[in-house]
Amino acid sequence: MIPLYLKHAFRDILKNRLLNAASVITIAFSVVITSSFILFFVNTTDMLNLWKKEIKIMVYLHPEVPGEIIPEIQKKISGMYGVQDVRFISKGEALEILKEQMKRQSSLLENLKENPLPDAFEIRMIPSSRPWEKIESLAAQIDAIPQVEEIEYGQKWLTKFSYIIKMFKLTGFVLGILFFIASVFIVANTVRLVLYTRREEIEIMRLVGASDGFIKVPFYIECVIQGALGGIIGLTILFLVYVSVLSNVEQGVTSGFINVRFFSFGIMFLILLCSMLTGWLGCFLSLKHFLKTV
Amino acid sequence: MSNGNSENSLIRMFHVYRRYGKYSALFDINFDIQKNELVFINGPSGAGKTTLLKLLYLGEPASEGQILIDGINLSRLSKNKIPLMRRNFGIIFQEFKLIPTKTVFENVALVPEAAGKSGRLVQKKVSSVLRAVGMEDKQNAFPLTLSGGEQQRVAIARAVAGDPKIILADEPTGSLDAESAGMIMELLKGFHTRGSTVIIATHDTELIRKTGGRTVCLKQGRMQQPSTLQ
Repeated sequence: MIPLYLKHAFRDILKNRLLNAASVITIAFSVVITSSFILFFVNTTDMLNLWKKEIKIMVYLHPEVPGEIIPEIQKKISGMYGVQDVRFISKGEALEILKEQMKRQSSLLENLKENPLPDAFEIRMIPSSRPWEKIESLAAQIDAIPQVEEIEYGQKWLTKFSYIIKMFKLTGFVLGILFFIASVFIVANTVRLVLYTRREEIEIMRLVGASDGFIKVPFYIECVIQGALGGIIGLTILFLVYVSVLSNVEQGVTSGFINVRFFSFGIMFLILLCSMLTGWLGCFLSLKHFLKTV
Repeated sequence: MSNGNSENSLIRMFHVYRRYGKYSALFDINFDIQKNELVFINGPSGAGKTTLLKLLYLGEPASEGQILIDGINLSRLSKNKIPLMRRNFGIIFQEFKLIPTKTVFENVALVPEAAGKSGRLVQKKVSSVLRAVGMEDKQNAFPLTLSGGEQQRVAIARAVAGDPKIILADEPTGSLDAESAGMIMELLKGFHTRGSTVIIATHDTELIRKTGGRTVCLKQGRMQQPSTLQ
């Protein structure tokens, strides 16, 4: 019976091309919008995780800290759980590094009478201590050392960035739900229109002894195909936009800094399943009501 | 009204009523139909002929009474068994009820396909019944390109494509000229001769006289004696 149902479904798709196209386009549009958010979220999360991995804690000491007690402080910090290594950067070394980084503005630094930079420690964590909560905990411990003036680990901008990502995630989620509902309704209405135009045919099918399954299954297949086509078209459009955007962004900006990727096959498959579910659900809602009235 | 051996009747109706709110379309209908009988349901328009046929093929439920088809009580049939029960019937309508967007072949094939027959069997059966009604040359035509008589022949082909136990025909010649009507009746008689039970609802008493067969008369929803043919 399955080949027969498939045959009926494909024949009906071809007969109601315009109506089916409306459903497919709506689903494709929903997929593009929702998947764009997911893609943004996936890549920014990757970026955030990468930056967190590379995070180092910079510990700045008070200017009056005598040099003799620096090894003691270094030893104390090295002994804390989660610390992989501690590198001391003297104020002199820090100034040299700054001069190297600011070659074009070196004249500004040449005229300095006094080195304004403090002694500092650069701390790298062991991999298991790189999650955000553990960094914060370690920073709190180090901050308790009296000779420490300031600790910097990018907390302000990382917190802001995480917040922005959360907002995008929430917005994407809400928009995704709204577009899903809209798509389901449009598919349901399309099916309803087709059902009404074929009302007599369905009545005759019932009279000749066709079961509900014989009537319903081709419709379900049709709507799942609509969902699949919408999903494929949506993902294709998104991929083309992704390739286009990437090819227009300068190489220097992305390489080694940001590793932008498209969805994995697993995620694409999930998106496709969701779009097929949209089609199926729209059909279910329409058929459930309609067959009671025929 | 029953005849012969009631125990072996194919169709039995006991005190059947059909009401639509306060209005009653059928009152206390009682009769039996044997296997391989040709029975006419006769009466003027509004007598309840179509309603009676609808009760038989479960187009509507009886408001009261019992209907047994080959021993099965229709009022006790669960919803999911209704399609199976309907496959016992081949139904022919006055207005043909062919699907205009399907070809002659596809219209007839609907019946064996709905019964789950394989593609090969469907092909074989459809060709056979179309040949029996003389429409095999027009299997790729669409119904609206056919004459009334041709459409009714296709409808008959569809009705018999599932090898039904009972053929129900509701005014099968109502929309046809005399020549086509004669052809349709010959076909129905042919199927009766080959063993089908045929029930024809008609107001055409001349048709009944020409064809012969038992008659159940209805007037305003009530059974009448055969002598009161209209």
